[in-house]
Amino acid sequence: MARGGPPVIEVRGVTKAFGEREVLHGVDFDVAEHEAVALIGASGSGKSTLLRCIDLLEEIDDGDIFLDGEVITDPSVPPVAVRRKLGVVFQAYNLFPHMSVLQNVVLGQMRAQKVGRREAEEEGRALLARFGLAGREDDRPEELSGGQQQRVAIARAFAGKPRALLLDEVTSALDPELVGEVLEAVRDLKAAGMTMVIATHEMAFAREVADEVAFLHQGRIVESGPPRQVLEEPHAEETRRFLARLLEAGRA
Amino acid sequence: MTETATTAPGARRLEREAAKRRRARRNAGIAAASSVIVIGGLAALILTSPGWPTVRETFFSWSEFRNAFPEVLNGFWLDIKVFMVVEAAVLVIALVIAMIRVNRSPGLFPVRLLSTVWVDVFRGVPTVLLVYLVGFGVPALELEGLPTDPVVLGGIALTLSYSGYVSEVYRAGINSVHRGQTDAALSVGLTQTQAMRHVVLPQAIRRVAPPLLNDFVALQKDVALISIIGPQEAFRVAQIYQGENFNYTPIIAAAMLYLVITIPLARIVDRMGGAGGVR
Ligand SMILES: Nc1ncnc2c1ncn2[C@@H]1O[C@H](COP(=O)(O)OP(=O)(O)OP(=O)(O)O)[C@@H](O)[C@H]1O
Ligand SMILES: [Mg+2]
Repeated sequence: MARGGPPVIEVRGVTKAFGEREVLHGVDFDVAEHEAVALIGASGSGKSTLLRCIDLLEEIDDGDIFLDGEVITDPSVPPVAVRRKLGVVFQAYNLFPHMSVLQNVVLGQMRAQKVGRREAEEEGRALLARFGLAGREDDRPEELSGGQQQRVAIARAFAGKPRALLLDEVTSALDPELVGEVLEAVRDLKAAGMTMVIATHEMAFAREVADEVAFLHQGRIVESGPPRQVLEEPHAEETRRFLARLLEAGRA
Repeated sequence: MTETATTAPGARRLEREAAKRRRARRNAGIAAASSVIVIGGLAALILTSPGWPTVRETFFSWSEFRNAFPEVLNGFWLDIKVFMVVEAAVLVIALVIAMIRVNRSPGLFPVRLLSTVWVDVFRGVPTVLLVYLVGFGVPALELEGLPTDPVVLGGIALTLSYSGYVSEVYRAGINSVHRGQTDAALSVGLTQTQAMRHVVLPQAIRRVAPPLLNDFVALQKDVALISIIGPQEAFRVAQIYQGENFNYTPIIAAAMLYLVITIPLARIVDRMGGAGGVR
């Protein structure tokens, strides 16, 4: 995989089981700087699990993960330091309901990165404005639409100036008419050169923003490559079957 | 069609409002009548009972009330003070116990085991027995430095008992906060401790505020239990009075003082949508 710049994230032979059920079975993949990799695969194939492993929210059983060439899955590496270099946007937003929109965005800055309140809030306001949320700073998350909440979550993940963003099906919980505004925010990040892993079911979107598509099937990356190749002329039989099923369901 | 459309809404609306008023009047009438019948019936039953003149004299004597009230009130002030101190201690200790119990780090295993035992034992023993055991057991040890004041000992017993209950309330609250909240807090770079403090606890405490308040009402009443080891709190004072004058009015006075505190608290619990009644 000799693309783009040096890899920011490298996943090598990662294995992860929950009890008896092995979800990841030797996953290999990397993400170069400024590159967006779309992670596709059936429901339950382990996309969320893989992203959680990268952010050290789950402990892997075997293999290694590197961030900027340094191993992060070694027991001697403090997970907190690693997480401060990564941003995650969760499938279900996971905003903090007891805090205002602005507080959600600045919490990590103030408590983890030790940025002063003034500076953190100034940056937070600018970020919210960038994602079309100016004027909503003092609202509670519950007062926002799903699309707005997800954009707050994106702003929150981005606030820590991460080396890479991990986006977990950021549109799957949204009504169709709200999908566009969230994808627009992701496009904006891509244009700004953000390194990203995007787990998604939106093939059209994957084709548009991703530099690389990786297909996760039965715990392995079965196929990966440029979107055009993977989505239109897949080599692997499994990829073909997956895409055919999506087409039937009217999602491709 | 157009005609009905323009005139009908107004007419229907007046009709509906009239019906609503009729219904409200009728409901108020029924409520009033049934109250008169039930309360009046009970009053008549009590007031015409053969023992009523004696009961009125021994439980509701105005002169006894006036005589005893200042001292009962004085005793009740002690109840209030004990309640406030115990309450504060319980809130803190219970929180510490709850945090230890939800923590999974292996280093804390011994402390975790200890807290589990604490909760099981002190919550499992009737409060009145704890008051008795601490009140008479601790001084019997004759150890230097241990408190001997029955007020302090009674307060300690209440603290032990209630911190057991309240820590379980906290723990239920902490466990009710979705795991995704901790994940999100960790993902923005917070430590486990910071995630607990800034994200999980604030949500947990908000959620369990009604049951917490419920336990306070119960504690407020249970302060009277320390009377069995001697302190001159409201019930004790009233009891002494009753023993001397063969009149129960002071106990009624003490009961009324309790109600002055517990009824407003109960209303606050109701307002917060509190689950379960007052114990
Ligand atoms: N904490 C857990 N405990 C046990 N099993 C789990 C846990 N988390 C995930 N799994 C299992 O791991 C498998 C992969 O789940 P995961 O959420 O990663 O899939 P996914 O590809 O993200 O699916 P979706 O597209 O539906 O979000 C599933 O079979 C799931 O049941
Ligand atoms: Mg998922």
